[in-house]
Amino acid sequence: MTTMFTNDHEWINIEDHEAAVVGITLHAQDALGDVVFVELPEVGRTYKKAEIVGVVESVKAAADIYMPVEGEVVEVNEALRSDPSLANSDPMGNGWFFKVHVTHMEQFDQLLDPPGYDALLKSL
Amino acid sequence: MSADLLRTPLYDLHLELGAKMVPFAGYAMPVNYPGGIIAEHRQCRESAALFDVSHMGQLRLVGNDAAAALETLVPVDVVDLPIGKQRYALFTNAAGGILDDLMIARRPNDLFVVVNAACKAADTKHMMTNIGHRCQVVPMPERALLALQGQKAVKALGRLAEGVSRLTFMTGGAFTLAGAECFVTRSGYTGEDGFEISVPAEAAVALARALLAQPEVKPAGLGARDTLRLEAGLCLYGHDINEHTTPVEAGLTWAIQKVRRPGGAREGHYPGADKIGSQLTSGVQVKRVGLMGLERIPVREGAILVDAHGHKLGHVTSGTLAPTVNQPIAMAYLAANHAIVNHEVYAEVRGKRQPMRVTPLPFVPPGYHRG
Repeated sequence: MTTMFTNDHEWINIEDHEAAVVGITLHAQDALGDVVFVELPEVGRTYKKAEIVGVVESVKAAADIYMPVEGEVVEVNEALRSDPSLANSDPMGNGWFFKVHVTHMEQFDQLLDPPGYDALLKSL
Repeated sequence: MSADLLRTPLYDLHLELGAKMVPFAGYAMPVNYPGGIIAEHRQCRESAALFDVSHMGQLRLVGNDAAAALETLVPVDVVDLPIGKQRYALFTNAAGGILDDLMIARRPNDLFVVVNAACKAADTKHMMTNIGHRCQVVPMPERALLALQGQKAVKALGRLAEGVSRLTFMTGGAFTLAGAECFVTRSGYTGEDGFEISVPAEAAVALARALLAQPEVKPAGLGARDTLRLEAGLCLYGHDINEHTTPVEAGLTWAIQKVRRPGGAREGHYPGADKIGSQLTSGVQVKRVGLMGLERIPVREGAILVDAHGHKLGHVTSGTLAPTVNQPIAMAYLAANHAIVNHEVYAEVRGKRQPMRVTPLPFVPPGYHRG
């Protein structure tokens, strides 16, 4: 299982645990509406799990971006910074937010797997 | 959608069109359709957008004394409003605050009034209690209301009734549209040329389909309605104006005709006239202003405004990243001595100070057809 999900509608792909990719889900971008601005985390900074690392703003609302697992941010998506609409058009791909070097793999296992996230969506 | 929410006659059509529905003023309303808010906003600015605003309250006031009676509730000239003309008005309270903003149109046999959905019940009670003995106050829940807004609205609507092109901004008349007897005004809430159409509820869906069939027209929801009106510098009741803001503080004195001002032939005799009259003469301590963000971060309702030293100057009442202006914009109340165009203030957003500049309203040039 390389992609896991959080209760805050974020995904993290752990194929490369030194640069695990984090983004918001299809559900999140749909709930937000047209994304107009993103504030991305600081590259080189280490954040704890659940720490607020950024913000995604749509026309009508702002939502915090949380760290899904502890680690150092190694890269942010500059393409997203220039074109925030990527979060709507390709949230699971080119609309990724940042990459993190995961240091606590056991935190990854505590996240929701795809069926678990589907169950969360159904319960909303 | 909760079964407790009210539905407009277009509810099923909204679902058919793929609308995302949200609760608003007790109704299930479309916030946007699949294209999204920004696309709908642009559709209105560049072509024509159709909004369902049937949740708003429509009423008629009937009787020879209706205009004079209504003047006891609004600081507006209703008595001399000519047949076919529409005017923006405000219900005020004893403290000079605003109970609601509304539109009044004089028709051959009545005054046609449109009020905000959230204030519909309170406004109806306000009129019945205070002027119900002088005229008939008749709510019209059997009618729907559609807004067709945008520079191409006249072309699209003109195919259904060619006479609408002869209406000018803030005038109205009776037209048959898609077989239904409608009352159409050339006005709206977007800053663009456009029309508001009062249609019998049972004919609303057919009319909406007939309008959506025009190549210039696409549906738009409340999300775009908000970004459009904010760019147009128009107040949203409950946010930019409320019971604690006077029309003078809100910069709406243009709506108070001379005849109702101190010195005018029918001055005063509406709630709060003393306070408002005195503010008209002597000025106010706070003023509504437009603000444009100097950086890209949106500044929203509730943000505190400070000067460079952190002293509080005011607060934001509406804000977004505006699709046409393509910058963060906001409306705010500022201490009067700071409410000067080009003055810089800071909005506190997530612990940081975002620079903003006082900007004239509207943020985009209006497209009204004044004839």
